[in-house]
Formats: sequence, structure tokens, C-alpha cells
Amino acid sequence: MADAGSLVIKGGQVVDATGERTADVVVVDGRITAVGTGLSADRTLDATGCIVAPGLVDIHSHLREPGKEEAETVETGARGAALGGYTAILAMPNTTPAIDSAAVVQQVLELGRPAPCDVFSSGAITVGRGGEQLAPMAEMAALGVRIFTDDGAGVQDNGLMRRAMEYASGLGVTLAQHCEDDALCGGGHMHEGEWSARLGIPGQPAEAEELMVMRDIALARLTGCRIHFQHLSTAGSVAMVRAAIASGLPVTAEATPHHFTLTHAECQGYDPVFKVNPPLRTAADVDAVKGALADGTIGIIATDHAPHAPETKELPFDQAPPGMLGLETALALALTELDLPVQQVLAALSWNPAAAIGVGDLHGLPVEAGNPANLCVIDPEATWTVRGSAMASRSTNTPFEGRELRGKVRHTVLHGEPVVVAGEPQR
Amino acid sequence: MKHLLGIEDLGGAEGIDEVMRLTDSFVEVSGRNIPRVPALRGKTVAWLFYEDSTRTRLSFETAAKRLTADTMNFSVSSSSVKKGESLRDTARTIEAMGIDAIVVRHASAGAPHRISRWVDAAVINAGDGWHQHPTQALLDTYSLRQRWGSLDGRHIAIVGDIKHSRVARSDVWAFTAMGAEVTLVAPPTLLPPSLEGWPVKVSHDLDAVLPTVDAIYLLRMQRERMTEALLPSLREYTACFGLTARRVDALRDDALVLHPGPMNRGVEIAAEVADLPRSLILDQVRNGVAVRMAVLYLLLGAGSDLVAAPAPEPLEGTPRG
Repeated sequence: MADAGSLVIKGGQVVDATGERTADVVVVDGRITAVGTGLSADRTLDATGCIVAPGLVDIHSHLREPGKEEAETVETGARGAALGGYTAILAMPNTTPAIDSAAVVQQVLELGRPAPCDVFSSGAITVGRGGEQLAPMAEMAALGVRIFTDDGAGVQDNGLMRRAMEYASGLGVTLAQHCEDDALCGGGHMHEGEWSARLGIPGQPAEAEELMVMRDIALARLTGCRIHFQHLSTAGSVAMVRAAIASGLPVTAEATPHHFTLTHAECQGYDPVFKVNPPLRTAADVDAVKGALADGTIGIIATDHAPHAPETKELPFDQAPPGMLGLETALALALTELDLPVQQVLAALSWNPAAAIGVGDLHGLPVEAGNPANLCVIDPEATWTVRGSAMASRSTNTPFEGRELRGKVRHTVLHGEPVVVAGEPQR
Repeated sequence: MKHLLGIEDLGGAEGIDEVMRLTDSFVEVSGRNIPRVPALRGKTVAWLFYEDSTRTRLSFETAAKRLTADTMNFSVSSSSVKKGESLRDTARTIEAMGIDAIVVRHASAGAPHRISRWVDAAVINAGDGWHQHPTQALLDTYSLRQRWGSLDGRHIAIVGDIKHSRVARSDVWAFTAMGAEVTLVAPPTLLPPSLEGWPVKVSHDLDAVLPTVDAIYLLRMQRERMTEALLPSLREYTACFGLTARRVDALRDDALVLHPGPMNRGVEIAAEVADLPRSLILDQVRNGVAVRMAVLYLLLGAGSDLVAAPAPEPLEGTPRG
């Protein structure tokens, strides 16, 4: 794993869950051995002017393998993640076949083993993500799966979702929901509103998301099962989750950078690079999501990294698949777009998601002697221009093409090994 | 203007007026014994129709032939489109054959926009999903202008399935740009989910609107709307929103009736109403050819003065706007 010898990350400002201080960080054999000033080691990574933080954790990555290797592989996805400052990512189960059995979980974990980022797997709630029969959750949980979701679709059947939550509560795992009521969506391809009406594109109303958020909050109350809401995108969803948390229900939520940055007006050129599910919403929804990140209602920033091969986006808007790249832009968008203290941004990108997927013993830990050395070094003032073609992903579908962002990952250290140095992948 | 993707590409009243004036010339050409001018000689226009539309394609084809353009039909059913080729590859393949303009009809909103970004040829939207059908709006505007001289201050009701109508999404902007007032008349299920920014009034009561309009524009009601729970039945639609003979009596004597075709006689329009002198339905079809000549000429004939060559003597009895 780690290079022979010791490593020092020198001259940075350490920011973690415990606070911030100027310190050098020494790493030996995959662990932090010393944090202090004036430290040295066999090898030095310069962190002057940088933030030294626990590695980022993405709980929502579509790695496309098995099944759509032309769009992404576990390896290319993980490389992009490392470049984006991530030391851990959670693979979503909407692959072909779906991650709905121990065998496919094994396969994904196996593919992730040599990757420059820890790859964890979610599992599907239902067989084939078909929404009809419970998937073998216990068997997958035995392999370490802690999050179950049919992501890409919501579980439509109220009765089935209730049983899934009851069953999951016995395993101590969390169910995560992609909230979308299919009947109310009616095949909509973007947010239903001013722009869908003008453009003549079938829309899906905010209420299609909110109905399922409302239902799952009710089921959390009924079953006591922990529920995590994926990629919340509407003001109404945010308000319900805020109230649920206040009433003591075991509810958590994530938001994506695109939902706190872009609105449905982006769709006016009919470019499917702006097609995503849930769709880009109104400016008021963007403000609500930002507000929820600020007050902690939404404690996690997740990428919903969703690569698609170029030819699949070279279609009319309604024929192209939804999804956007995210792993290499999430941190910079959070630093550029959110007016939040750096520690709060890092909480949402690192230790909160680490805890949510049950990897808090390895990732998101304070930068202290004895802890695993999963770290990222961020230059918060560096500006750069987003280029899809320059990304590690096999796909190029970033909606932020050409946008100038502030904040860049300088180094990423995985179990003591520098996997990204000065912005360059080391393997 | 490089492409005609939506009415807004014409830049408001001035641009629409330019098309109207050009159309006047081509209406004159169409009335000649040999209705043909060499304005687009050497130019090639391709049809890329992903949706069946005999009338629109014939109208464009006639227009191109009267301008002496070469035409090419990229028939979708017999092409690689059905074999999963991307829209971009299809468009660039056609262009590689040396095409000057591509006329696109597609079931997906925005398909012509996408194509226009990938090719150098001029792209003309001949109807894209629910979005727009700009040449239809231009021929509608021309037909009204022929009768009225100007649309300024006129009140036009557009009645029916606005939500799914590319015709309505073009007519609203064309009519209002020319100074008309537009009222959309439909049940709420057949209106767009938002009308924010639309310069229109809305009514759910056709009978209340009828006496106030200078023209009523009826949209085609499609049967599949019944299965989407947007309407209880066609019968109920006709009872509430159909232009029946009884309702015609509530119109002003000089109020005009339009329909983009094909008509469902007995549904949105009573059989006898379609054939009344106040009906512009055949004028619309006739003017469609001249309007499309004007659009093709505007996009492809810049620099050519051939169109002006024959003296534009109005024919006896031809109404001129």
C-alpha cells in the first residue's frame, strides 16, 4: 500500500471535525504518526497555502461497471474521484446486472481493490431494482453493504417500501431513496414549470419528488428505520426533511453540486448535458437547497456522478439519458458556490458522508496520530477552468464545461500512499 | 438569420414583416402559368422527417421546386436512423452530401436546435415535438394579414390542446409580435403547466370568448389525450370547446376561422363550419407554399436578386395584404 519510508505533508492548514490548526502531518505505513510543526520525513508533499483535510467521501457514484464500461469503469471512476480529493466512494447499484446480490457486490468490491480510491458498494432494495421483490439484503450486508437503494428509480409500492424498511431496521442498515413518483412524473424529462412549458418538453413537477419524501418520512415514523434522502432538489422536500429531523426521526439527506448551482433555465438550448434526474429546478429551489446545507438540514454533498458515453447525449433532449459527471468538480463547486465556512463544506463532503455509509472508522477521521492516512490537500484559492475532455472519466458530460471554479485538489493520500501529487494521478 | 428554429429567430415584427413582403412576391409567382423562379438554382434542400407529415413535406417540396432548388428526401424509415444512429451522425452524414438546407420534422422538441449546432447547413424547423412549427405560424399570420391588412389590435382565440401544440407555441409569439391580442381557450389539463412570460390571456369558457374575437384558431384534438386522463371524452370536449354551428352564430359576422389541419370534423370543428366563407383553412394551405418559398429564399438566397426579376403585377382578384 504505502511507499516504503515516511511522508510529510508540510506547511498546510489542517481542517477536520475537531477544528483547524497549522501543522505538518507525518504518515508512516498508512497511518498518521505525528501532527505538529517543524516535522520532516523521507518524502515531502508541499501544502503551503493549502488545507489539509480528511479525504472526501462520495456516497453517490455511478461507476457503470458491470455493464456500461464504455461510459465508465470502477477504475476510471475511482481515478476521477482521487483527482477530486475523494478517498472513498459508494457505487450505486443501477448497473447491468444490478448490484442486487452478494455475487455482484463481490465483483464491484474486487474491481475496486486496485483503484486509487476505496470503493464501497451499495445494494439494491429490490431484485433487479424492479420494485417488486426484496433483494437479499442480509447476504449483501454480510459483505459490508450498509446502504440499500434502488437509485435511478424510487421504490413505488408503498407496502413494499414499508416491508423493506422494517427488514432493513433488523439489519441495522440504512435505506436510501431516489424520490420520484413515477405516475406523477408522467415521463417528464425536465422540471415542470416555466421552461418546460416554453420549450415544449414534458416536465415532472416538484411534487413528484415531494410525495415520496412525504411517504418515506411517514414510513420512517412507522418502522423506525433510518432513511436517507438522495439528491434532494426542491424547496418542499427540504422543508419536510427539516421538520422530520426536528421531530426526532432518523432522517438524513444529501444534495448535489448541480442542484445548488444550476437551474432549469440551462435547458433552453436543448442540450441533454443539462438533463439529470431529479431535474434542475427553479432559482427558489436552488436557494432552498443552499439554505438547507447552511443550516444542516442537508448534511451531505453527494455527486450523483453519472457518466454517459458521448453518443448517448448526441440525441434530442427527451431521448438522452439523464446524468452528469460530478467527482472532479464537486469540491470546487462547493467552495465556489456555497457561502459557508470551509469546515462546514468539508463536513458535508467528508466526515458526514463517511458516517452515513458506515466507513467512519477509515475515512473522515480527524487528522490525528494513529488514524488511517486518508487525506486530501486542497488549494482553496487556485482557480481553474472545467474541461470534460481533461477529466479521468471515460465520459465528458459535465454541465460545467468552461466554467471557472475556485479551489483545486493538490494531493490525495490513500492509506498513506500519495495517489495524486500536484494534481497529477500517480497510478 | 442562419436557421429558422423558432419564431423568435425572426427577431420580432420586423423580421416577420420581411417574410410577409417576400411572401407577397411568391404568391405572385405561384399565380403565374409557369410558377417557377431560378432563385435557388444550384442549391440543395434535404428533408429529414422523423415523423410522418405528408402535407408539410409536400408544401416544402413544392416551395423548393418553385425556387428551382434540388431536393433530396432522407426517408427515415429506410435509413440508418432506425438502426440506432445518433442524431449527430445522421445530420453530419446528410451534410457531407453537400446540402445547403435541412428541413427537419421530429417528434422530439429541440431536435432541430441540436442539428443546427452540428452542421453548417441552414436548418429549418418543420415541427419539433410540442415545441414550435414556425412556418405554420408564418402562413397563419400571412393568411390573416391577407384578409385584414394588419393584425394590429385584433383579438385571436386559440382553442384546444395548447399543452401539446407546437402550432400554438409558434402562433402565440407570431400573432402577438404583430400586435394581436391572444386568448388561449382550453380546459386546464390542456394548457401548459406554466404560462409565465407568455403574452396571453387564458379562458376556460369558449362561449364567453366567442363574441369578442376577430378570429378563432382551432387546434386538432388527438384521441390519445383520452387515455392520459386529460379529458373524460371527445364528446365532452366537443360539447365544451368544439366550434359547432350553434357557436358560429355567437361569432361576429366578420370573424374568421382557422385550423392547421388535418381536421377532425365533428370534434373540434363541425363539418359545415369548416366550409363556410369565413373559414381560412384552404387559404392557409395555399399560402403555405409561398411562405415556405419566402423562408427558403431568406435563408439560402441572400445575395441573389433573381427573385425580383419578374415584374410583380398582382393578378386580378388576388387579395394583397
